[in-house]
Amino acid sequence: MRKVTIDPITRLEGHGKIEVFLDDKGEVENVYFQVPELRGFERFCLGRPVEELARITTRICGVCPEAHHMASSKAADAVYNVEPPPTGKKIRELFYNTFMVTDHTTHFYILGGPDFVVGPDASPAERNILGVIGKVGAEVGLKVIGMRSHCHEVLKMMSGRSIHPVFSIPGGVSKGVTEEERKRIEEVAREAVEFGKFTLQVFDDIVLKNSHYVDLITSDAYAHKTYSMGLVDENNCTNFYDGKIRVVDPEGNEFAKFEAKDYRDHLEEHVEPYTYLKFPYLKNVGWKGLVDGMDSGVYKATPLSRCNAADKMATPVAQEAYERMYETLGGKPVHATLATHWARIVEICYAAERMLELVTDPDITKGTSDATKGLEKAMAKAYRTIPTEIPSEGVGVVEAPRGTLYHHYKTDSDGMVTDVNLIVGTTNNNAAIAMSLKKAAQGVIKGNGEITEGALNLVEMAFRAYDPCLACATHSLPGRMPLEVVVYDCDKKEINRKRRY
Amino acid sequence: MAKLKLALYWAASCGGCEIAVLDIGEKILQVAENVDIVFWPCAMDFKYKDVEAMADQSIDLTLFNGAIRTSENEHIAKLLRQKSKIMVAYGSCACEGCIPALANQSCRQEIFDYAYNETPTTVNPERVRPQTSVKVKEGELTLPAFYDTVKNLEQVVKVDYFVPGCPPVEEQTWAVLETVLKGALPPAGAVVGAGTTALCEECPRERKEKKVKKFYRPWEIVPDPEQCLLDQGIICCGVVTRAGCGAQCPSANMPCRGCYGPPEGVIDQGAKLIAVLGSIIDSNDSEEIEKACRSVVDPLGTAYRFGLANSILRRSKLR
Repeated sequence: MRKVTIDPITRLEGHGKIEVFLDDKGEVENVYFQVPELRGFERFCLGRPVEELARITTRICGVCPEAHHMASSKAADAVYNVEPPPTGKKIRELFYNTFMVTDHTTHFYILGGPDFVVGPDASPAERNILGVIGKVGAEVGLKVIGMRSHCHEVLKMMSGRSIHPVFSIPGGVSKGVTEEERKRIEEVAREAVEFGKFTLQVFDDIVLKNSHYVDLITSDAYAHKTYSMGLVDENNCTNFYDGKIRVVDPEGNEFAKFEAKDYRDHLEEHVEPYTYLKFPYLKNVGWKGLVDGMDSGVYKATPLSRCNAADKMATPVAQEAYERMYETLGGKPVHATLATHWARIVEICYAAERMLELVTDPDITKGTSDATKGLEKAMAKAYRTIPTEIPSEGVGVVEAPRGTLYHHYKTDSDGMVTDVNLIVGTTNNNAAIAMSLKKAAQGVIKGNGEITEGALNLVEMAFRAYDPCLACATHSLPGRMPLEVVVYDCDKKEINRKRRY
Repeated sequence: MAKLKLALYWAASCGGCEIAVLDIGEKILQVAENVDIVFWPCAMDFKYKDVEAMADQSIDLTLFNGAIRTSENEHIAKLLRQKSKIMVAYGSCACEGCIPALANQSCRQEIFDYAYNETPTTVNPERVRPQTSVKVKEGELTLPAFYDTVKNLEQVVKVDYFVPGCPPVEEQTWAVLETVLKGALPPAGAVVGAGTTALCEECPRERKEKKVKKFYRPWEIVPDPEQCLLDQGIICCGVVTRAGCGAQCPSANMPCRGCYGPPEGVIDQGAKLIAVLGSIIDSNDSEEIEKACRSVVDPLGTAYRFGLANSILRRSKLR
């Protein structure tokens, strides 16, 4: 028996580890995906005022604090049994879709994109954002940087801060959108819609026109037939901010559709001693270990799963892209892990179109546009409702970029927290990530401990498609996924070491 | 002139500090011209053993973010200290423990029991817990040890400078790099990249007399957009928090929670806040005072939201 340590970075060093065990023939016997970190948020949120959790749980992740801020304040709405007024809700959803545009853009161009744009076999030195710019031109690079920075400008304008927002409170938001702000947000939304179309074109030209890439996407080495989860609206269209959670089985048939408050009837979590991260699974199928198929409760919650779980997209550009994706890949559902990148672009289009719909909705500036000096307090009821009921329990769910995010709180009658349960985006996919790594490793690591450059990247690509954000803290930033593989013989003597950056 | 050798590391943190470093925007080009990054796990390709192989003090500057939660965090902190001329605690976690240090109200076992058994979706009848070493059928797997207590960086190694904030705002990050590049080093132990006074000095809200009969939670009232939040009875920690962020939260109608730590001259931010709240209660009637005190619903989580690890209290008593 030999052990291969795939230490997927630098970037995850200290926050993620992959161990591969080889049998006597040098074939992959098993793969373990370890998350060596826990911070214990659920425990130390106890005793806090429930409205403060939207400002505490943001620190689970500095990359997607917007998702925790929204899920938390929705849970607090439910605890107080208060419904934000329409403008309050729309402001939150506008903010949230702006965040989805920037987060997905980062992943596609900087983290995941280089595999395709520059190519999985390209020199590692080129397989990064600079390589992408080299391939598609500096103009595109500037477009990407501009899109991200304009979205961040909007996030800060709306929520108070560019990292760790503070504006969402039980019953709505602390601050409305003025007409002046609205105009700027509309400009950015229009830019985002065009950017989405442009990104579809980039994907078309570089990936779809290359049959090698299409074969790679559809190859069995990158497929798992699992259940798919995603939030849908009343028409079964994907929605990031609100709706019901829908789960489809590996054949694409609806398996469950439930309200956030009923999530406990559908989800459970499994504990293993070798990792700090739990493994969620579908309760009504059961935990059968790290296997796929109809009888295993393993599910995925990713951009692709959201597409699988929905019937369609709610906006025209996204819908057209959605149809094209399924036509090209042979119909729904799609289980090809690498198609997650394509689904992510479909979602950029939806998020951008939804941004534009919301920012041009006359409701969006209510409470500010018609506010006169001295009447601001009275006008605030347009975007926030002051809770009046006795608090008790609530669940808030949004689609984080990396999967369905659940915040569940119970409080005493003063709104002080007595119970907290969190299931975060990447955690949903813990089992699926481990399975994808095993399958990819089995496909590329063969005999003698010989590991080629290309093989490393092929394993890595299986991991990267999930845009993993471990412990919601180990998110990768500037687009490189260095990898080191060490092969040991039975006596733990190093026999091969390969580094690739 | 030789380029500045820079290392960046994240221990127990959320990644927000890393984003804050990246958000210095076009200045990153100036950084590239003047700086050699020798270690940055989240972004670049160096391994622990590369650092181990470096001569002592061969790194000019280390920006260390994140608190000390596990044995691995502590190990790397010590390693980087040994290899670095200047060690900077960057961001609230490294400076004072930040929000993860709220865990110091409980111990490892309570945290594990809650996460791995008591949460309602967890199914774990065998009471399995993550182990530092576990035998699987193919071999052995290891995990870093999870400590009972979250520490700040200064509690495990000597720290030369402190850059507060959760996360530090972009302009301040650049100011710190510039200071080191120019060689104009402040006295050892200084807080850099922030002001010295309380946040109120840079808050645009108008302050009048503070006389409060009851403290309000942020959802309970709609505050006047131009008046001091604390004057209106909303507990705002700005009065005991170091300036430097530009009063971002009060500008969004939300109270400060103290992420920049105490201003110059204040030893314990939480104790100071409690003293301030006590001093502004406008009553001589014991029942009324009692009522006002009860309206401070979470003294520890408010006064020590960011600073528990570095406070006089540090943690609750270990049983």
